[in-house]
Amino acid sequence: MINLFINDQKVSVQAGTTVLAAAKKLKINIPTLCNHDDLCVAGNCRVCLVEQKGARTLIASCATPVSEGMDIHTNTLKVRNARKHVVELLLSEHRSDCTKCYKNQNCELQSLANEFAFGDHILLDLVEDHKYNIDRSSPSFVKDDSKCIRCQRCVRTCSELQYISAISVANKGAHQKISSFHDRPMSHVVCTNCGQCVNRCPTGALVEKTYIDQVWDAIYDPDKHVVVQTAPAVRVALGEDLGYDPGERVTGKMVNALKQLGFSSVLDTDFSADLTIMEEGTELLVRLKKALVDGDKKISLPMFTSCSPGWIKFIEHKYPEFLPNLSTCKSPQQMFGALAKTFYAKKRNIDPSKIVSVSIMPCTAKKFEADRPEMRASGFKDVDYVLTTRELAVMIKQAGLDFRNLDAAKYDSIMGDSTGAAVIFGATGGVMEAALRTAYEIVTGREVPFGNLNITPVRGMDGVKEATIKIEGCVDAWKFLEGAELKVAIAHGLVNANKIMKLVKEGKAPYHFVEIMACPGGCIGGGGQPIPTNLQIRKNRMKAIYSEDEGMVLRKSHQNPDVIAIYKEFLDQPNSHKSHELLHTHYVERDNF
Amino acid sequence: MENKGLNKVDLIFEKIDSKEVLMKAFKMSSAEIIQSILDSGLKGRGGAGFPTGLKWKYTAAEKDPVKYIVCNADEGEPGTFKDREILDRVSNKVHGGMAIAGRAIGAKKGIVYLRGEYRYLLPKLMPELDSFHKMIKEIGYDFNIEYCMGSGAYICGEESALFESVEGKRGEPRNKPPYPTVSGVFNKPTSINNVETLVTTMMIINHGAQNFIQYGTKDSRGSKVFSISGDTPTPGIFELELGMTVQQFVNEFGDGDTKAVQVGGASGFCVPRKKFTETIIGFEGTPTGGSMKLFNSSRSMYNVLHNYLDFFTEESCGQCTPCRVGCQQLLKGVEKVKKGEAKSTYLTELMKLADSMKIAAKCGLGQSVGNAFKSIVGNFREEIIY
Repeated sequence: MINLFINDQKVSVQAGTTVLAAAKKLKINIPTLCNHDDLCVAGNCRVCLVEQKGARTLIASCATPVSEGMDIHTNTLKVRNARKHVVELLLSEHRSDCTKCYKNQNCELQSLANEFAFGDHILLDLVEDHKYNIDRSSPSFVKDDSKCIRCQRCVRTCSELQYISAISVANKGAHQKISSFHDRPMSHVVCTNCGQCVNRCPTGALVEKTYIDQVWDAIYDPDKHVVVQTAPAVRVALGEDLGYDPGERVTGKMVNALKQLGFSSVLDTDFSADLTIMEEGTELLVRLKKALVDGDKKISLPMFTSCSPGWIKFIEHKYPEFLPNLSTCKSPQQMFGALAKTFYAKKRNIDPSKIVSVSIMPCTAKKFEADRPEMRASGFKDVDYVLTTRELAVMIKQAGLDFRNLDAAKYDSIMGDSTGAAVIFGATGGVMEAALRTAYEIVTGREVPFGNLNITPVRGMDGVKEATIKIEGCVDAWKFLEGAELKVAIAHGLVNANKIMKLVKEGKAPYHFVEIMACPGGCIGGGGQPIPTNLQIRKNRMKAIYSEDEGMVLRKSHQNPDVIAIYKEFLDQPNSHKSHELLHTHYVERDNF
Repeated sequence: MENKGLNKVDLIFEKIDSKEVLMKAFKMSSAEIIQSILDSGLKGRGGAGFPTGLKWKYTAAEKDPVKYIVCNADEGEPGTFKDREILDRVSNKVHGGMAIAGRAIGAKKGIVYLRGEYRYLLPKLMPELDSFHKMIKEIGYDFNIEYCMGSGAYICGEESALFESVEGKRGEPRNKPPYPTVSGVFNKPTSINNVETLVTTMMIINHGAQNFIQYGTKDSRGSKVFSISGDTPTPGIFELELGMTVQQFVNEFGDGDTKAVQVGGASGFCVPRKKFTETIIGFEGTPTGGSMKLFNSSRSMYNVLHNYLDFFTEESCGQCTPCRVGCQQLLKGVEKVKKGEAKSTYLTELMKLADSMKIAAKCGLGQSVGNAFKSIVGNFREEIIY
C-alpha cells in the first residue's frame, strides 16, 4: 500500500492507483473532462490538475500514479487559477451557442464553465479563426468540429472499445482536429455508426442525428397512422433521462407516454425479437443439418447473429469474406418494419402508404440500418424514423408529460406481445440465451437444462463468453443431432468481436453459433442510450433486463401468442418463402478505411 | 557568481582514435563509466540539462534485459544547428558515445532519431555507421545502431513524443511518470541523450572526468557548442567554455549594437542589454541548448515574439489544452494589442495566461512557451504595444 496526503488528509491506496482515484477515496472531487471510466488515460485536457509539493509544475491527477509520501493539494490558488485558465481556453475554441445546442444542460464543458469560468471571459474568441466543418453525412450522427474540445474520448472509444479507428487525430497545433481517413465524410469511411463516441463526447461535437421534428409532423398529420415499436433495452434505460437511477424499469410508463404523445399504435420490438428467434433458430438448425448430416461444404459455420447493425457494418468493412456466415435474418427492428406495412396494414385495413413506422432504439446504427436500400421489402421504407432512447426522453419532456406520475399502460395488440426471451435481447448473451431456450426445446422436446431457464454461462460482462451445450434425447425429427455438442460464443464491443473474427479467420474457432453485439454490454450500452455510461450503469441496466425477464409469464419465444398467430395467418412457417421475402436480407462488402 | 570569461575550446570536434577510446571504455565496468560521468558533472546538452550520469544510472538500475540508448538528433529548436555539424564532422564520436552509453546502461541497441530535414546527411552517415559497426565487431562488442528519420515535427524532439514517432505513431508526448529510464521506446528502459551529450561522454572517457571539470563552473561543467546567428558578423558554430556572461559573449560576437540575445531558441529566454552583465550563460543563469540569437536595434521585438508564437501555434502537437489553445491566445492577443484592438493592459492578462501554461501544459514545449513570451513582453513591453 502507498501512503500519501491529499489536502492534508492521509490516505492509503494500492500502488498504481491514480491521484484522482485516491482523492475520490477521500471524497475529494477533482473535476475531469478527458478522463472516462471506460477508456485509457489521456491526460490531455488538463482540467484535473493538482499541486504536488516539490513538483515544478502542476500534475494531471488522472494520469499520475500515487507515490509514497506524496503531498497533494487539490484546491490551492495556483490550481484554481490554472484550472480556470484551462476551462476558459477550452471555451474560447468551442462554439458556445449553448441555448441552441442539442446537448444544452447535458454538457460536461458547460458544467465546468458553470463551476470555474463564469463571469468575465478575458480570452479572445478563436472559433471565428477556424474553418470548422459540420459533417452531417451519416444518417446516424452529426460531427460538429466547432464544438470539439479535442479530448479524444471519441478517438479512444473508436480504437479501444471498437477496434475501428474511423476517427483519429489529424494535423498539429492550432489545426489539430479529430478527423477521418483523408478527411472523408463519416458516411464514406469505416465508421459503423455504433454511436459509442456519441455516448462519450462531453460536448455537442458528436450527437445523434435527430428525427424528432419529423416524428412530430407525422403524429400531427391526420392522414397518417403512426406506429411505434420500442426495443428491449430502451425500457431499462429511458428512466435515466427522466430523473430515475440507472437500472429502473419504466416499461409501463413508457408505453403510456408513447400513447399520450399521440402515436396511433404502441407496439413492441419484443414481438419481432421473438420472431427473429424462430427464424434464426430454424436457420441455424437447417445449417447444422446441411453441414453435419448432408456434408454440404458450402454451408458456412459458425453462424453469426445479425441483430446488431453496428456489427453488420463492421463485418462488411473488416471481414467481408465472412458475410456468408451471417444469419440472413433481418434485425428485429427491420422485421417489425417489414411486417408493419404488410401484415399489420392488412390486418388493420390501413393503406400502407399512410403508415409511418417509428422505432425507439438504444442505438444510432439503427438509423443507418433503416436507411439501407435492402430494407424496403414492404414496397415502402420499412422503418421511416429511428429515434434513440435519448430522443424519446426529449419528446416526453417537450410534451410536458409528468413521467414519474404516469400510470403503467400495456402495449397495443397485433405485434405487441412479448416474452422474456425477447426482453433479454437487450443484454449481451441475450439473443444466444433466447435462441437456446427455443432451439433446445424444438430439438429435444424439453426445456433447456438450466435452473429457471436462466442460461447463466452466456450472461455477464466478460468480453468474450463461451459455452457448450450437449444435446441429448432428441425428438425423432432431430435425431441426427443426438449427442452433439453445440459450441457457442458471445462477444460484445467490437474489439471483442474482432478477437472472435481473428480466431475464425485463423480457422481456430470451434463454434457453431456466435452472438455479436457492437456495443459494450449489448444494446443496454448502445450508442443511443442515456449519457453518461460506464460499467456500473451498464450492469444496473443489465440487472433490470434480467429481472424484467423473470417477471414475465412467457419466457420462450415460441410461446409468444402474436408470433404463433402470425405464422398461422401470414408467414406459414419459419424460413418460409414469405419469411424470406420479408424477414431476411443480404449484405454488401465495404471498404476497409 | 563564478565567471570564467569567454574561452574557445576544442573538445567536441577534436580528432581522436575512436577505437582506442572505446577499448578503454569497454575495459571499464558499467558502474565505473557511470561514476566517471557523474564525477564530470555533465548535464544534458539538449537544453533541459538533466545530469547525464544520473540518467544512465537510473536506466542501468532497471532489470529489463532489453534496453535502448536513443540519440536525439531531432535538432528542431529555432536557431540551433550544432548537432548537424557534429554529425557531419564527427559522427564516429556520436556512435562511440552511444556504444559507451550502451555499455553503461546495458543496452545492445541504439537508435538515432534524425531530424527529417537532415536526411541529406545520410549518404555520408551510412558508410560511417558501417565502419563503426565493423570496428565494434573487431573489438568484439555487441552493439548495433539504427537510424530512424523524423518527419519535420518540432514536437518529436520531446523525448516521449520521439519514442511515439519511432514506434510509428503520431508524435505526441506521453504522460510522465513513467519516465524513459523506466519505460521509454517500445516501453523498454531507455536513456535518451542529445547528440552533443553523447560526444561529450566519449571525451570524458578519453580525457578523464578530472580534466573535464577544469572547464566551466560548479553548476555548468565543461564546454558547449553554440549555434550563433542573428545580427553578428561571425555566425556559425563555436565551442566555448561554460560560465561566461552574456556581455562577454556579446563583446565577442555582437555587432556593436546588440540590444537583446535570445538564449536557448524559441523556448529559451530573451536577455535585454541591461541584463547582459548579470546573466551567466549556463544552468546557474540562463541555460541554452546551443541557440544564441543576437538582435540589434534595427529589430522589432514584436516581430521576434510574433515569429516565435507563430512557430509554437504551428508546432504544438495540439494534444493538451494549455499549449494548443494557449499559443493561439498569446498570438492573437499580442496582435490585437499591437493593432490597438485590445488595451495594453491586456498584456498583463496574457502574462498570467503564460504563467498558467508554464505549470499546466503536458510537456516541455507548452511549459516553455511562456519563457520567450514573458521575457520579451517583460523587457520590451513598449515595442509590443507601439
